[in-house]
Amino acid sequence: MSAVPGSIRSLPRRRARRWNVGRIGVHAFLVTAALFFLAPLYIMLTTSFKSMDEIRLGHLFALPLAPSLDAWRTAWSEACTGVSCEGVRVGFWNSVAIVVPSTVVPIAIGALNGYALSFWRPRGANLLFGVLMLGAFIPVQVMIYPLVKILAALGLFSSLSGIVAVHVVFSMPVMTLLFRNYYATIPPELFKAARIDGGGFWRIFAQLMLPMSTPIIVVAAIMQITGVWNDYILGLVFAGRDNLPMTVQLNNVINTTTGERLYNVNMAATILTSLVPLLVYFVSGRWFVRGIAAGAVKG
Amino acid sequence: MTTTRAGRRRLRRLVPWGALLPMALTVLVGYLGTALWSLRVSLSSSRTFPQDDFVGLAQYERLFTNERWLLSLQNLAVYGVLFIAACMVIGFLLAVFIDQKVQGEGLLRTVFLYPYAMSFVATGLVWQWVLNPGSGLQEAVRRMGWPEFSFDWIIDQDKVIYTIVIASVWQASGLVMALMLAGLRGIDEDLWKAARIDGIPAWRVYLSIVLPMLGSTVATVFVLLFTGVVKVFDSVVSMTQGGPGTASDVPAKFIMDHLFGRANIALASAGSMVLLATVLALVAPVLYARSRGAAGKGLQ
Repeated sequence: MSAVPGSIRSLPRRRARRWNVGRIGVHAFLVTAALFFLAPLYIMLTTSFKSMDEIRLGHLFALPLAPSLDAWRTAWSEACTGVSCEGVRVGFWNSVAIVVPSTVVPIAIGALNGYALSFWRPRGANLLFGVLMLGAFIPVQVMIYPLVKILAALGLFSSLSGIVAVHVVFSMPVMTLLFRNYYATIPPELFKAARIDGGGFWRIFAQLMLPMSTPIIVVAAIMQITGVWNDYILGLVFAGRDNLPMTVQLNNVINTTTGERLYNVNMAATILTSLVPLLVYFVSGRWFVRGIAAGAVKG
Repeated sequence: MTTTRAGRRRLRRLVPWGALLPMALTVLVGYLGTALWSLRVSLSSSRTFPQDDFVGLAQYERLFTNERWLLSLQNLAVYGVLFIAACMVIGFLLAVFIDQKVQGEGLLRTVFLYPYAMSFVATGLVWQWVLNPGSGLQEAVRRMGWPEFSFDWIIDQDKVIYTIVIASVWQASGLVMALMLAGLRGIDEDLWKAARIDGIPAWRVYLSIVLPMLGSTVATVFVLLFTGVVKVFDSVVSMTQGGPGTASDVPAKFIMDHLFGRANIALASAGSMVLLATVLALVAPVLYARSRGAAGKGLQ
């Protein structure tokens, strides 16, 4: 933490930037908290570079004596899940295959819903929207068994299309909310002008609204990618053995293995599984927070 | 001429409805349909396969005499209260402290929020490793020169639920910080000028003026955290598998086990209905108040 009292700029600020006891206390608290938040990441990283012999010494916080990438290699391509020993890479590609359509389709539907709700307002649609928002609070467990039955009847259970359909259903409230709120900020005159110029439902959507929606599409994509990637329960139930996402595979690697637990491999696999959402988070920065706030605060 | 034009207009009016068809299907089948279906199953004697009979509230009676279910409800209550309280307090403190024009604000925010980008599964696995008494924190502190140090909650039946609280608070309090900080930044600077002129200490302003002003943010955070509490499943499965024994069982896991492992779908559905009722009872008032507030502001 850069707790250096140096850059004193004369900005009109609430409190003067002087280093009294209070300010030192504030920084001490924040640095301590930051260390608590960083500790698991540090432990994960250092453990993944250690050998099992070194881990058995029990020095959790020590840096690796002889850093090695062996555990990472094993985690990626050799770790066993009880059934097979192909590492978490299988899950990685499964997750990619699930995340891409589960991001594109919900965003397209969310944008369409938001557009129709904000500008066309068909009769009764607001009631439907209200129920949809309530639906967001129904615990997954209520819906799982009927959804399994419905998907099985449609021949989609335990398939890629099935898990994507489930993600579409579960993400629809927040996606619709995001776009509806975004389109509410667009001046209605713009829409009326397009109507007078003879634009129809689809043309105004495709040529006027979608091109203006880039910021909210980015926010929605961040939310969907991290949300779907981090999902466990839906992938476990609906994806089927051939499409198990990385989170499910990770849990299988760690919690179903017999014999000695390879903590270095486990930690490497955990980091590998968290890499995509963490990368999205670190790259997107404030957009990530914007997504949380947009999906939660308004409504 | 007029009839065809009217006909075309009517047809065109159907287009927005057509576009909303996926939403209508999701609401009617995905949400309402499945909820009613589960309600129906919970009133039957179904085990592996759905039965058409009607046994009244027998499954609910069975549920509330089931020790494992009662334990899981108790765990959920302990977990929910501690998790929400800790996240609120820590998140609010972090936000207030960050709001003091501190050095390295961006870095601190990034550090506090990154766990929220991680999955519950990864969170559970990391903390399983850190809290594992044989090779984790307990062993490390002992080797550092405190051989008597003991921190084995994760294998202690009476304390294991607290370890899940710790992991979850680590994961989610950054979220509270981010939302609270956004709320703090929306507060008029004049408030601080006025408070300074009146000589009111900052902590007093935060507690008595700022916190009440953040009411809607607090409500939002509560709803977010509460829905997370009811859902808690992944982190338990990855961290303790509900153990030791069934000591860290939660309702979501009870339901999943009875749906898939123990083939008792009626009992599981009854459990899921209890969860649904709990959520609606706590969330509906908040949503209602907020929709009233929005209507009051004249949203169209």
